[in-house]
Amino acid sequence: MSILINAYQNVPTGFRKVLYFHWPLALLLTAVSCIGFLMLFSVSGGNFDQWAKPQIIRFCIGFVAMIIIGFTPISIWRNISIPTYIISLALLLYVEYFGVTGKGAQRWIDLGFIKLQPSELMKIALVMVIALYYDWLDSEKISKPLWLFPPLLLTALPMALILNQPDLGTAILLGSGAAVVMLLAGVSLWYFLAGVSTIFGLIYFVIWSKGTNFQILKNYQYRRIETFLDPSSDPLGSGYHITQSKIALGSGGFSGRGYMQGTQSRLNFLPEKHTDFIFTTLAEEFGFVGGITLLTLYIMIILCCYLTAMQNHNRFGALLTLGVAATFFFYFCVNMLMVMGLAPIVGVPLPLVSYGGSAMLVLLGAFGLVQSAHIHRTR
Amino acid sequence: MRKTEKTPRLFRRRALLLGTAQLTLIGALAWRMNQLGVKKAKKFRTLAEENRINISLQPPARGLIYDRSGNLLALNRQVYTIQMVREQTNDPQAVLNRLAQLIPLSDTKITDILKEMLSRRAFIPVTVATGLEWEHIAAVSVNAPSLPGITPKLGLNRQYPVGPDFAHIIGYVGPVSDYDLAQVNDKDPLLLIPRFQIGKNGVEAKAEKTLRGKAGTKMIEVNSVGRVMRELDDQPGTPGANLQLTVAHELQRFATEHMQGESSAAVVMDVNNGDILALASAPTFDPNKFINGISVADWKALNENDYRPLANKTVQGAYPPGSTFKMVVALAALTLGVTNIQEEVNCPGHKDINGRKFHCWRRGGHGKVNLRKALRYSCDVYFYEMSLRVGIEKITETANALGLGIKHDLPLPAIHSGLMPTKKWKQRNKKEDWYIGDTANAGIGQGFVLASPLQLAIMTARLASGSQIEPRIINMFDDKQTKIKGISPLSFDPAHLDIIRTGMYDVSNHPRGTAYSSRLKSTEKIAGKTGTSQVRFISKTERKNGVTKNEDLPWKRRDHALFVGYAPYKNPRYSISVIVEHGGAGSRKAAPIARDIMQKALSLGQNSYGPIHNRKRSKLDNLKRKPT
Repeated sequence: MSILINAYQNVPTGFRKVLYFHWPLALLLTAVSCIGFLMLFSVSGGNFDQWAKPQIIRFCIGFVAMIIIGFTPISIWRNISIPTYIISLALLLYVEYFGVTGKGAQRWIDLGFIKLQPSELMKIALVMVIALYYDWLDSEKISKPLWLFPPLLLTALPMALILNQPDLGTAILLGSGAAVVMLLAGVSLWYFLAGVSTIFGLIYFVIWSKGTNFQILKNYQYRRIETFLDPSSDPLGSGYHITQSKIALGSGGFSGRGYMQGTQSRLNFLPEKHTDFIFTTLAEEFGFVGGITLLTLYIMIILCCYLTAMQNHNRFGALLTLGVAATFFFYFCVNMLMVMGLAPIVGVPLPLVSYGGSAMLVLLGAFGLVQSAHIHRTR
Repeated sequence: MRKTEKTPRLFRRRALLLGTAQLTLIGALAWRMNQLGVKKAKKFRTLAEENRINISLQPPARGLIYDRSGNLLALNRQVYTIQMVREQTNDPQAVLNRLAQLIPLSDTKITDILKEMLSRRAFIPVTVATGLEWEHIAAVSVNAPSLPGITPKLGLNRQYPVGPDFAHIIGYVGPVSDYDLAQVNDKDPLLLIPRFQIGKNGVEAKAEKTLRGKAGTKMIEVNSVGRVMRELDDQPGTPGANLQLTVAHELQRFATEHMQGESSAAVVMDVNNGDILALASAPTFDPNKFINGISVADWKALNENDYRPLANKTVQGAYPPGSTFKMVVALAALTLGVTNIQEEVNCPGHKDINGRKFHCWRRGGHGKVNLRKALRYSCDVYFYEMSLRVGIEKITETANALGLGIKHDLPLPAIHSGLMPTKKWKQRNKKEDWYIGDTANAGIGQGFVLASPLQLAIMTARLASGSQIEPRIINMFDDKQTKIKGISPLSFDPAHLDIIRTGMYDVSNHPRGTAYSSRLKSTEKIAGKTGTSQVRFISKTERKNGVTKNEDLPWKRRDHALFVGYAPYKNPRYSISVIVEHGGAGSRKAAPIARDIMQKALSLGQNSYGPIHNRKRSKLDNLKRKPT
């Protein structure tokens, strides 16, 4: 039946899909990933096997997955949105009790070939399920208060679980992704205004609760906030990360110190140099030019998503495309803000560049969904 | 799948809104990137360099100290230290056990070292043994293949090869203490090196800045945990300047040894330029004990000794000069014209001043004495009379012109300025009026008058040469001569000085002179003056019953024995002053010592300066010090 619908909607079928595949987007994703391989090779001090090789393998797997997902009709993805969400939620619950904890933050399930972080999967699953919800909902009901509850509940459940891990960064990304889909779906701006005010009130409350019996965050999280506000207060303690990161970023200058010449990363002054702080090494070795280049590539990826979403009359596909784009945007935006000392260190990797299997696979899979929406868009 | 006309329009509007917001954020990112990477690049580049570069100080070689003829008095001995790096061996215990067969190393020490190594990072060198001899190092080097992780290191330690002879002049170095750091306003980073040796006393302390030299720097690249990645730059420091003293070691040693057993001091000085040839204070001590910090027992022994071995009595001691002061009174009287060479004063053995009896040392008196005889016999009554005629102010004025009561500038610590009293001084310090008796007492060098052996040697040198000579103890730094202060003639009438000199000649060479038994029997004659200064008050009753003999008094209450003199009488070269604390009569105790030292000084011949190495030579030594 879907083939009939597809024919009716001028949707490509079979091998014709290769022609309709969004190749510029795939190319941009590959380019960003290649920057990642280069940087991973550099921070490992020229050891290809350490980080660069596994990352390339994961990229290849992810890329194939993107093509497969992309060629699968969007209607199928629409139909399995709810199961995906439920599975993600179940996995989150599972890691809550049986998962492996690393560095007091994210939790994962060791699948042997990959350490799967359900929170990464949830980012996409949540965008899918909320896009589905607003695709299903009558447009008159969108801004009715009662109809706001299902998406809010859908968001709050995984957020609470992730906050409990505790992984503030991922929780914020999750909430932001969901909020963006709701915004695009047309929920009244007043709600957002109210939401933003509530968040600020909450932040105030969180800071105020420090030292009281019902303290909301862990002490180390408060320390991160404090050192974010004044890194020099503790240059060798909690402020060390931010200070060293800024030094690395700044010492690169306009054109950088040269590939594999960054002293900050080579001599281990940078923390987490292959994951969250990889952007600082890029800026140290390739300078302002390198940083802007990566930023431009990111902008172009987002732009591709906007262009295809604008042409897509399939509401689910359009919402999903921009939801994925927004999640992607939040990833690199929060990471860069963090390493440049404009946001507290919350542990968000640089998408497609930082070393990490889950994020790489989930992101490429998400762009597979974008491809699927693009190929099977209602014209 | 739903498709309405209204929602796509809303969707586009919202997408544009979102896109704008995102673009704003990206703009902020780009702005920040520019801010950090372009605007503040220089600052952050510096910070990155500071991160990776560690600068370690290379202590310079301390300047060497030579005597007049070029003998080494203070040098830098090479000492060896053995360090061990844990990560270079699989079994540190076994390596240390093997090492223990080559160098002295106890089992408990091995346990301590192992504990220390495990508490530090594996690449940090831990000191295993210090102060090793060359033989130990040779043994370790030969066995190096079986001692992985063991490296010998070379350091420098101060040493004073002539030991006690120069302890009071050169002083000593010692490890820098927190107290030192608080005392000196010195920002030299070298002082922060643990146990860095700085001058603590004597010339070592006073010429510290010149002797110390400038630190070298070694730049190494380190990673975040401090492991050395590579050496970037090595700049050897500048060694301290070498220094030559005016003191002749042979004479100094002779004087020091000659005075052993007494608490005494002797100064020998060149009367023509003020160069000090000997500045000996006995008993002395071994400065080598201080170099690495003195033990409590040694310190206690030195400190509790009645003879005060740590004090440099030549400049820090101030004694009543006694009869050696009589030349000053005589010169003042001649200059003022209150007496002449012929005038005779009758000495009945005492003089009554305001109803108080002032005694001559000779109970029977000297009869009629003129100035020359008064000096020869050291007649006290004559000088009571003269001091009353001259008055204390003029006596002090003359004494100051001869160098008494004045602090002389020598690079030695705690130099005493002596004391030449005036009426004002007594008012201010004793809150009492000046009595006429005070002047009489001052006339024979007692009462308030105090002088150091150095000042007495200067006085004698000025009397002998008629010039305003100043003392000098450092001849040169490297090849730069220290300034010799301009020598101007004294303002006294040369004829008057000649009269004083003949009196001093008689003291040593007239058969009835007080120092006749200590004369020089060669053709070169000595001219001098004995002094026996009282340190106690002799009461009327004691005088009536006969003054207690010195030998019967406790040591601390005995008289000081003094002698000042110069030689040869014609064409004078050296002046000397000797004081034996509580030694009794100057003629018996001080004069023979002075005669022997003077004889030795004259026997040294021309006694001209010998060559020393300047620091260019020791720069080579410094290069040799580079760790192997």
